[in-house]
Amino acid sequence: MVSVEAGGGRAGRRDRAGGAGGATTGPAHRVQPATVVVLALLFAAAVYFLLPVVWVLVAATKSTADLFGTFGLWSPRPQLGANLGRLFGTGDGLFGRWVLNSFLYAGLGALAATLLSAAAGYAMAKYPFRGREALFNLVLAGVLVPSTVLALPTYLIFSQAGLTGSFWSVLLPSVVSPFGVYLARIHAHAAIPDALLESARLDGAGEYRIFFRIGLKIMSPALVTIFLFQFIGVWNNYFLPLVMLSDQRLYPVTLGLALWNSQTFRDPAFFELTVTGAAVSALLLVLTMASLQRFWRAGLTAGSVKG
Amino acid sequence: MAEVLRRAPAGTAAGTARRRPRRPRLHVAVFVAPFFLAFALFYLAPIGYAVHQSFFRLTSSGLGLSEPVLEFAGLGNYATALTSPAFAASVGRVLVFSLIEVPVMVVAALALALLLDSARARFRAFFRVSFFLPYGVPGVIASLLWGFLYVPQTSPLIDVLAAAGLPHDFLSPQTILLSIANIATWQFAGYNMLVLIAGLQAIPQELYEAARVDGASEARIAWHVKVPLVRAPLILITVFTLIGTLQLFVEPLVLKPLTTAITSDYTPNLAAYNQAFGQADIHLASAEATLIAVMAFVISLGFLRLVNGKGNRAW
Repeated sequence: MVSVEAGGGRAGRRDRAGGAGGATTGPAHRVQPATVVVLALLFAAAVYFLLPVVWVLVAATKSTADLFGTFGLWSPRPQLGANLGRLFGTGDGLFGRWVLNSFLYAGLGALAATLLSAAAGYAMAKYPFRGREALFNLVLAGVLVPSTVLALPTYLIFSQAGLTGSFWSVLLPSVVSPFGVYLARIHAHAAIPDALLESARLDGAGEYRIFFRIGLKIMSPALVTIFLFQFIGVWNNYFLPLVMLSDQRLYPVTLGLALWNSQTFRDPAFFELTVTGAAVSALLLVLTMASLQRFWRAGLTAGSVKG
Repeated sequence: MAEVLRRAPAGTAAGTARRRPRRPRLHVAVFVAPFFLAFALFYLAPIGYAVHQSFFRLTSSGLGLSEPVLEFAGLGNYATALTSPAFAASVGRVLVFSLIEVPVMVVAALALALLLDSARARFRAFFRVSFFLPYGVPGVIASLLWGFLYVPQTSPLIDVLAAAGLPHDFLSPQTILLSIANIATWQFAGYNMLVLIAGLQAIPQELYEAARVDGASEARIAWHVKVPLVRAPLILITVFTLIGTLQLFVEPLVLKPLTTAITSDYTPNLAAYNQAFGQADIHLASAEATLIAVMAFVISLGFLRLVNGKGNRAW
């Protein structure tokens, strides 16, 4: 798989030690029973995690009849091309639109969220000001409020303002990431030396210039993590677009596939579309994630900084 | 948890503060304002509005011929929600769900992390990617996929289980909660595993070497050295799993058409959604949404207080 190579990047020192022909098990070249047990357990876990993905990739090559009539992990009459053609052709390329929408919601939302979090986190780490800790406690409380809880109230207030049903109604709430501010502050505090900022000031740099030229650069590992977290969060968010949107052409791919799935009772042909669509969108994000995997580490460690 | 940061900057700030009390400066406001403006608009305002709405109700006169009137209801909507058997049952259901899912998740993530971190593991990169991969599959799609694996007509799993003479009804009232728990575990165990692995890799290697020299087995090292050292990330994943389980929404919504075991108010979030869009009662829906938020908040803070009370602070 592609992902194995991508994973190698963040494998770290112990992987290399382990990979170097059993260096850690000593001179004995016979495989020990404990090693067999560990590998068997790891292998069983991999089968569990990969099963649904393998199933959907196989199912994406089947006709609706074969989907229900043949063994789940074997496709006797593969017709992937026909399924893909139908997937992207239905409703004037509706599926392609959904994928594009998902990338727009998640990409723009995460980009804006990262910038807002970076500026707020940087300022809260580097400038003492009155009310700072009170504001930060508010942010921490925000971390504990999950997006699912917010979706319904946000819908209620947006419908008062007449904003529901628009592209903005999904994008705007996605630009807020309290977790991002938390992470940005921790990282800025730990990684940006005050002496560096002072010397930049002595050289005559303004505060904005210092933030954009020095602050953002030093914070970049944390910023990548904030971006990825928010991207996944928005991409996976279902409740918010569900309550906000009524126009199918504005749907993200999650909402669109759920819509098709609900229509299978009316017309079984939708099974084929749903399954092929699920395979394509799962593959899309899995490939994105695998290629970005090495970026995850920095943030995960930062998130678990001990108090 | 604010303690983490509150303590640290004091040393640097004190020096400058003594010279002259700092006046608020424009650039600080420019940095901080955009986030807090958005935070106020899309976090605080909706919550405030929902809380406000939860104190009102629409009442129509006897025959429903005249326009319904908005009137102050006090805590009436909360009383209605809490005394409604269906809503109370949905709260009980997610609490049971949390009791199952949180330990399963924490044990699974810890086991995977320790297995991968063990000196005996091979093909680490492959396994890590396989375990982490479901995190990239959105909840809706994960539920769709498992839905197909829970239905006899499409499931290779059921074919195998039936051939082996094992129980294989994933959608009965007795098993549906476990089937939902399985979807959640599948999605997030690998991610939580990565959090723990990041913690494990921060442990100096010399510590293991010392334990090995002393003759400790890998299993003993895992249990007595590694587990206590990842206490903070363990607490972190417990809290996030706890919050997540109380919010249960997508999985039952997607599985609902497949089984009669899932009702339209199966979880508190589903009940609130149904109240707002099915019954068009946004006031009762607001009260229910507020109750869900308060419940998640109280339980997670309570847990943090519990673990922080014993021994050192986690975060």
